[in-house]
Amino acid sequence: MGKRIGLEVSLSAAEAVKMADVDCIAAYPITPQTHIVEHLSELVNNGELDAEFIPVESEHSAMSVCAGIAAVGARAFTCTSSQGLALMNEIVHIVSSMRLPMVMILANRSLSAPISIWNDHTDVMSVRDCGWVQVFANNGQEVFDHVLFGYRVAESEKVMLPVMIHVDGFILTHVIEPVEFWETEQVERYLPEFKPVHALHPDRPVTMGCIAGPPIFSEVKVAQDEALIQSKSEIISAWKELGDIVGRNYKPIEGYKHEDAETLFITQGCFGETVSLAVDALRDEGKSVGLLMDRLWRPFPFEEFRQAVENAKSLIVIDRAISYGGQGGPLALDLRSALYKEKNEPIITNFICGLASRDVTIDDFKNIYNRSMEKIKVNPREEDFEYYGVRGK
Amino acid sequence: MEPTNVYAYKLVSRKEYFSPGHRACQGCAEALAVRLVGKALGRDTIAASATGCMEVVSTPLPFTNWNVPWIHVAFENAAAVASGAEAGMKALMRKGRLPKKKITFLAMAGDGGTSDIGIQALSGALERGHDFIYVCYDNEAYMNTGIQRSSSTPFGASTTTSPAGKVVPGQVTWKKNMPEIAAAHDIPYVATACPSYPIDLVQKVKKAARIKGPAYIHILSVCPTGWRLPPELSIKAGRLAVETGIFPLYEVEDGRYKFTVEVGILRPVSDYLKIQGRFRHLDEGMTGKIQKRVKEEYERLKKKVKMTQGD
Ligand SMILES: Cc1ncc(C[n+]2csc(CCOP(=O)(O)OP(=O)(O)O)c2C)c(N)n1
Ligand code: SF4
Ligand SMILES: [Mg+2]
Repeated sequence: MGKRIGLEVSLSAAEAVKMADVDCIAAYPITPQTHIVEHLSELVNNGELDAEFIPVESEHSAMSVCAGIAAVGARAFTCTSSQGLALMNEIVHIVSSMRLPMVMILANRSLSAPISIWNDHTDVMSVRDCGWVQVFANNGQEVFDHVLFGYRVAESEKVMLPVMIHVDGFILTHVIEPVEFWETEQVERYLPEFKPVHALHPDRPVTMGCIAGPPIFSEVKVAQDEALIQSKSEIISAWKELGDIVGRNYKPIEGYKHEDAETLFITQGCFGETVSLAVDALRDEGKSVGLLMDRLWRPFPFEEFRQAVENAKSLIVIDRAISYGGQGGPLALDLRSALYKEKNEPIITNFICGLASRDVTIDDFKNIYNRSMEKIKVNPREEDFEYYGVRGK
Repeated sequence: MEPTNVYAYKLVSRKEYFSPGHRACQGCAEALAVRLVGKALGRDTIAASATGCMEVVSTPLPFTNWNVPWIHVAFENAAAVASGAEAGMKALMRKGRLPKKKITFLAMAGDGGTSDIGIQALSGALERGHDFIYVCYDNEAYMNTGIQRSSSTPFGASTTTSPAGKVVPGQVTWKKNMPEIAAAHDIPYVATACPSYPIDLVQKVKKAARIKGPAYIHILSVCPTGWRLPPELSIKAGRLAVETGIFPLYEVEDGRYKFTVEVGILRPVSDYLKIQGRFRHLDEGMTGKIQKRVKEEYERLKKKVKMTQGD
């Protein structure tokens, strides 16, 4: 077992990047991601991590530099938040399409305007369809483990796609949590040297990033989608092996008191921990309620969700982003699609809350539960969703 | 004219790295410049290209004209992608994961990809000091998207977004001086070049590859399609740009300016302007303005040469 210490989650994320022995880091500072890049530059400048630190002039260049790094077959890391992600958006889509593996931590923060440095998932959802493998990490240990998991999956010959790790800004990035480091030997066993399928090198010239017209574009894009869908088996086996090596087990969806529950909360990110306490309190009141936390966001675990909700009568989906003019939050939209026309399709209610770190407490989740129970009596329509905890609503 | 120019084909490598069969227009001097740069750099090169004519004509999936490793990511980020490739290789070689080898990193973009949308990424890469060569192929407009003006389009030129209208006579701004902007980064090497002077061009690219640190080469690349010029006049137009003083060939090595092709008495700018359809609408007043400006800029450059070579 590796050493176990209390450390700010951003710093342990950086330590995990060091354990992954990355070759290059290209990043641009933005709150609440800053502590990660700051610690990484410290590690590099103190000679503790043998890597190039490229202090780029923007996030657009951060992602572009990472594309160049991965294209020559080196291990690249970057991290950003919100506006930084929005600025690099163009290239975020391109690196997955070009099958360039890398790992990015997104310290989740609201998108402007109004400008806000606080936490929600509006940035996450802006890149929902960017073609990356995307996972949520909900505590310091999960962040640490998923950096290594990220490279393992991204660089797998069967995947060759970039991996994004979602970490709630401030409420996770800035808290001190116990974290168990891996032994070097464990890392070596888990994460082999990056051997890219193709790399730019004069001895084997390849052309990357061609132009494609109508006769071939669709084939390329469908192949890309298939690669992302098929990455799930590799993701699951990478989690399994991680469990075998360090004894922590991860799944696409994590359940809490869910097996016999009539009603299930569905969450992404740190809200899961608060909801689990609300579930305990509601259970004490005799309510049949449980929780499913979505860890794997893309590829979306359709099958796993269908199975996990099989016995539930209703779902309460918590979203932390708005799909403007749409039918509820992005997570609810996916779940409704996943469960449409399933046998015993549960009734779905959807609550959007916690924007820009607005507090949602255990009592709030209990209120949400009660509100959901009222709503399902009248069988809510698909487009019915509620903003919770917003003045005037 | 230097006599060696006539024997260019004997003095540059016969090997093609930007091979025949690409889809550039007839008489495209940008394609010629790319070809010469490839010959100057040789096989041990990794190229990062911006979106633009040269990318589009050379890589229609599943074909490629590139015999060196080549990557295109987007329009504005060639300098950043090349930075990443350079840094990645440096790390891999230092950590013993790849055998050590001298590789030249080339970033290439058009004038739009350089002086407009890509200027930030370029400035960042020059400032960070990556060991790479940035080549701007300046055909003085966004040709790939249909001849729209850029900040590198010369005063007076008619383009599809600076059309010669009844009220506004084409481009109303003066060409952005990109080589000066690059030189202001205090990088070891900056040069201008033109494929009408192939030996000069090849020598500069080779020098840029020898020098450690960032180098910037700005290549005037005649575009018969966009300039409304018969393709057989491409090379001549490039020579006239130099002989009129509109596009002087010089280099800036460690801050010292030097003309690499001495022109002597400048020809009148009208010799250059009158063969191109994009300047057809210019009246005497406009031509006079251009003549005055060219003279002033040329004198300014001469002063820089004198000042920096003197010590
Ligand atoms: C972000 C972005 N904006 C606009 C475009 C459209 N576009 C592609 S190439 C190009 C012009 C290229 O001009 P230049 O860099 O001068 O190269 P040229 O084609 O003239 O060689 C434009 C506007 C794009 N691909 N990406
Ligand atoms: S439009 Fe101009 S630059 Fe583009 S390929 Fe044709 S001649 Fe060359
Ligand atoms: Mg151009």
